[in-house]
Amino acid sequence: MKVGLFIPCYIDQFYPNVGIATLQLLEKLGCDVSFPLNQTCCGQPMANSGYASYDGGCDKNFVNNFSGFDYIVAPSGSCVLHVKEHLQDDANKEAALQIRSNIYELSEFLTDVLKVKNIAASFPYKVGFHNSCHGQRGLHLSSMTETVSPSFSKPLQLLNMVKGIQIMNPKRNDECCGFGGTFCVFEEAVSVKMGKDRIAEHDANEVDYITGVDVSCLMHMEGILKRNADKIKTIHIAEILNSQL
Amino acid sequence: MKDHASLAQEFITDEPRTDWHDETLWFVRQKRDKAAHGLPEWEQLREWASGIKDHTLSNLNTYLTQFEAQAKANGIQVHWAFDGEEHNRIIYDIIRKNNIERIVKSKSMLTEECHLNHFLQSNGIEIVDTDLGERIVQFRDEAPSHIVLPAIHLKKQDVSETFHKHLNTEKGNNDPQYLTEAARIHLRDKFVASQLAITGVNFAIAETGGFVVCTNEGNADMGAHAAPIHIACMGFEKIIPKAEHLSVFLRLLARSATGQPITTYSSHFHRPRPGQEMHIVIVDNGRSKQLGRKDFRNSLKCIRCAACFNTCPVYRRSGGHSYHTAVAGPIGSILNPNLDMKANADLPFASTLCGSCSNVCPVKIDIHEQLWKWRQVIVAEGYSPKAKTISMKIMSMVLARPAVYRFSGMMARKMMRLVPGLFKNKLNPWYKQREMPEAPKDSFREWYLKNKK
Repeated sequence: MKVGLFIPCYIDQFYPNVGIATLQLLEKLGCDVSFPLNQTCCGQPMANSGYASYDGGCDKNFVNNFSGFDYIVAPSGSCVLHVKEHLQDDANKEAALQIRSNIYELSEFLTDVLKVKNIAASFPYKVGFHNSCHGQRGLHLSSMTETVSPSFSKPLQLLNMVKGIQIMNPKRNDECCGFGGTFCVFEEAVSVKMGKDRIAEHDANEVDYITGVDVSCLMHMEGILKRNADKIKTIHIAEILNSQL
Repeated sequence: MKDHASLAQEFITDEPRTDWHDETLWFVRQKRDKAAHGLPEWEQLREWASGIKDHTLSNLNTYLTQFEAQAKANGIQVHWAFDGEEHNRIIYDIIRKNNIERIVKSKSMLTEECHLNHFLQSNGIEIVDTDLGERIVQFRDEAPSHIVLPAIHLKKQDVSETFHKHLNTEKGNNDPQYLTEAARIHLRDKFVASQLAITGVNFAIAETGGFVVCTNEGNADMGAHAAPIHIACMGFEKIIPKAEHLSVFLRLLARSATGQPITTYSSHFHRPRPGQEMHIVIVDNGRSKQLGRKDFRNSLKCIRCAACFNTCPVYRRSGGHSYHTAVAGPIGSILNPNLDMKANADLPFASTLCGSCSNVCPVKIDIHEQLWKWRQVIVAEGYSPKAKTISMKIMSMVLARPAVYRFSGMMARKMMRLVPGLFKNKLNPWYKQREMPEAPKDSFREWYLKNKK
């Protein structure tokens, strides 16, 4: 099974450990993983700001890097959703369409494609789970409190396989953290207030870590946690699933 | 004019009040969840409601003319208004013709949209809002901050002060029972004396020529039953084909709005009582234009339940007035750019695109997707700030060129380590209340080349 590893730009630059954990985890699970060396960004920052028309170059580069894989996997629900919904390349329509249907967020790839039943990981900590909106409401990684449907969660299904972990859900289980791409700077006040409110619920649960499938939400909450000298740390789900503590 | 971001920032300055606002509306959202989860057929009802509205929007001409003919046959006078100005003029003409001086009005967001109160007051005519929340904000000369809960931005202390000033209630008496009683006595006089009652319309039924007005306070009925003239104002999208469709919409409306199984009063009006005059004003005011916008037409399915307000994490923390329009919240952010794109260019950006609004919408409007699409339109029409356009252009050029991206990334990380002051300063909105992420020496790619290749 040939898997193309997509490490979104800001993870590549600021959170290499998330990329490393994702790669090691996929290899442990028997995937033949390649990391196309000329990848950059999915184009979401521009598109969500209203500049989807500037995404031609990004899209073309993405298609050049990721054509021909059985699957493309990324440790980010948000970037995967963007590619699924918006990737296009007029010179290479077929390839773009194929990428859109073959791209997976890491946890759904593990539960739906690899059908992982157990993971040799241990993480003896109290962990708060953050449902990131694009993963949850966009990719349907879990059921949502608004809709009337059976409850499930692909990321929690995986985290529950980890030895020693104690998972705590915040009171409002699927409220947005306020990152929202460029929203986090253009609507700074609301963005930070939303983040603080999410953190307060994890504080109340006295967790050691906040985890989730999107590094962007975690980066935003990490920024607030550090500023307020909160002892909670953030960690991506791949790093927990790849842990041997 | 201040934009949403700066108005929201002002709102948040009072953090305990923001928390109270957020928690109050979250409580309403939870009541809605409980009501929705109590109906196994909830998702089916949403599907039906959406389907009926889609069908109606595609056959508006048929249903509106059918409605007009039926209503006229029932003895109702039907008026058509192209815009808010014509709507106000029609009402003003009826007032003048009948020498009316005292008017009561129950909740109608359409009249807010058309600025009817202001128009009538500037013509020397008193109009009294009879919905309790609307009366409170009217006393304070404020706009409603929420389409279902107009005074939700106010605490009982604020109401007490307002009533002390306008109704001469005891200073400092914050007892809700006492304050409501004062409003009841005050409004009772207004109802009895009124010569004209204006109401909104929740649903107009094509096959019967009748219409339904939903209130929890019975104030629409009090007004319409006491006054010799009743004018009902409706946006043309309020039409539904058949009375039986109410069995879908009335079940969804109150559950979505407040978590009640049904609105306290769902009043069906079909014809004037003997000696009464009944008018309906059917308003376009930009709706035809929205109907012609392929990506945004289905925003006209909205039944004004405000579920999207209550669930919106941004609305709950920024308050209705930060949207600077009659209809605030996520639905307002997709309706208002149609009315005035330049003045409302900020609204589609007042969202994290979390998608919760679309999930609670009882008529399945893809609100968050329309917010995304409005952003594209606003940029294409040139209403985005220049500086943003330039930075996006540069960013897209960098990200389209792998070598340039890698060089810029490497340099940025280096600068963050060597000259942190470049990033850790007041000009960086990220840094105002958040630390910057650590800049690692190696990117993932650099690690990969060293360790894997």
